[in-house]
Amino acid sequence: MLSIQNLHVSVGGKSILKGLSLDLPQGEVHAIMGPNGAGKSTLSYTLAGRAGYEVTEGSATLDGQDLLSLSPDERAAKGVFLSFQYPLEIPGVPALTFIRTALNAKRKAKGRDEIAAPEFLKLARAAATGLKMDFEMLRRGLNVGFSGGEKKRMEILQAVMLSPSLLILDETDSGLDIDALRIVSEGVNNLRSPDRSMLVITHYQRLLDHIKPDKVHVLAAGRIVASGGPELALELEREGYDKYGVKEAA
Amino acid sequence: MSLASAIRTRDLNELPSRRDEDWRWSDLKAVIRVMPDPSPAAYTAAANPALDGIDAARILYINGRLVDGGRIAIPATGKGAFVRRFVSATAETAHHVDAPVEVGAGGRLLLIDSFEGQAAGYLASTTGAIRLDEGAVVERIVLIDEPEDAVSVARFEVQLSEGASFSQTVLATGAKRQRFETHVAHPGGASVRLDGAYLLGGARHSDQTTVLNHEGLAGLSSQLVKGVVADRARAVFQGKIIVAKGADGTDARMGSHAILLSDRAEVDAKPELEIYADDVQCAHGNTVGALDDAALFYARSRGIPELQAKAMLTAAFVGEVVVRIGDDAAREMARAWVEVKLAGLV
Ligand SMILES: Nc1ncnc2c1ncn2[C@@H]1O[C@H](COP(=O)(O)OP(=O)(O)O)[C@@H](O)[C@H]1O
Ligand SMILES: [Mg+2]
Repeated sequence: MLSIQNLHVSVGGKSILKGLSLDLPQGEVHAIMGPNGAGKSTLSYTLAGRAGYEVTEGSATLDGQDLLSLSPDERAAKGVFLSFQYPLEIPGVPALTFIRTALNAKRKAKGRDEIAAPEFLKLARAAATGLKMDFEMLRRGLNVGFSGGEKKRMEILQAVMLSPSLLILDETDSGLDIDALRIVSEGVNNLRSPDRSMLVITHYQRLLDHIKPDKVHVLAAGRIVASGGPELALELEREGYDKYGVKEAA
Repeated sequence: MSLASAIRTRDLNELPSRRDEDWRWSDLKAVIRVMPDPSPAAYTAAANPALDGIDAARILYINGRLVDGGRIAIPATGKGAFVRRFVSATAETAHHVDAPVEVGAGGRLLLIDSFEGQAAGYLASTTGAIRLDEGAVVERIVLIDEPEDAVSVARFEVQLSEGASFSQTVLATGAKRQRFETHVAHPGGASVRLDGAYLLGGARHSDQTTVLNHEGLAGLSSQLVKGVVADRARAVFQGKIIVAKGADGTDARMGSHAILLSDRAEVDAKPELEIYADDVQCAHGNTVGALDDAALFYARSRGIPELQAKAMLTAAFVGEVVVRIGDDAAREMARAWVEVKLAGLV
């Protein structure tokens, strides 16, 4: 269970999150919807532990353990995984090397041995096939020269390989055409499990046609201003965010 | 003026200093206050496991004396692979050696030159002419692994003939003062790669200086020098490319890129292009920056601990130099060497 209480976060001295509270029980999928600039990525980065996201008040715990005092890699070892809105390119590090390093770091944190090469390759091949990715792409520098959609698939592939207990998807739908959206959503749906929670962050309702959330929250001006069932997403699609007192920047 | 002549004459006034334009970042006078005794003869050196994977004949120099093997002279159309070790084995002593290389027409040579310090506080000077006759092909990898209180200067003069190809990769971890100079006379119609990487920590200094003279038509040259500098260490890269009058069709590319891992680390880079011909393609790029924080966070968010993530990203950065090594075994040796040296820096 992820529990966020009264979270206040400043970036560069500017207050962005202003008392955000949210409970995400184990095994559930919650959507966070909000207009541009609402603070969605700020929440993602804060949970993942990015430097410069200063928590001035409030708490965030995963299964009762404080997250905010941990380094990004310690959080990952606890099961946190953020699928980036804008995945980074890492020239010179083949995707396979990167993922194997991450997987082994995670195993090491749990006191397990490194994964054997054949087993790793088998898992990677299966994950690539599931996401309809050309396996040869995994031998290239991570995300280097990839299209937006390919980068998002690579994020989900990493999630599949690292098997997190808390998966945060920050606008995984942005930049995807309808086919890619279906493939990525299917990948995410396959990850649904009673011992994994998901926070699906999106600006648009269309992703939620594919990934059905248990609950929908509206994030506006740094706080959760409304929560409800999947019908809330449809309402937002029809009526926009106006009634929450925010005007979207054009 | 050179370390070699200072060692020979025992006259400190022979040492290059900051007053010499080419030496202003690598002042030797400032760090050598007394001339040590000449190094004694020595016949044993500790093994160097980093070279184990290379299937090549061995040549061993200790304290500036040839101890095992001979001079390298590949006959026309001949083929050779050599590991030459230049070991400094006696503390607080000085030595100089000249180690030339000749490759006859159409000959091929893989040369690993390993400079190894196995004692403290020595002065070492090495020179050598490397001659490539028509169509000769040389790939040279230089590893420089010395203690932090040593001073060493190496200067090689490369002379190419038509159709020859010379590729060099210098990997250095610095010393109190460490300079590696390569001068290339490029006749045109030949190809040269002059790469380097430096991996520096502590108070170390490393200077890679190259002078590349394009003297004839349609010469190719490509240069990539990258490095990682931590702590208070200081890297120097001076890369001069001269394209002589009439050397049309020359294509010369140079890139120099560094990552500084600390506020007190320093890189002095001086790319110089002197172009006297009309129809040439010359490009150079020069960057100095920090490790990419966003990439570091990305890696850490996937569970890779900070030090390991830094090592991975810096290795990838320097790896762009290593992957240009053509020989598979040499490339693997270089990759492993860089990995070990970087692990001690980040
Ligand atoms: N690094 C930063 N420095 C200063 N302001 C920032 C920074 N990152 C984001 N912001 C501001 O914080 C607010 C929330 O941004 P963000 O969390 O990216 O919103 P969302 O993901 O919902 O579009 C915006 O007003 C944005 O301009
Ligand atoms: Mg965002």
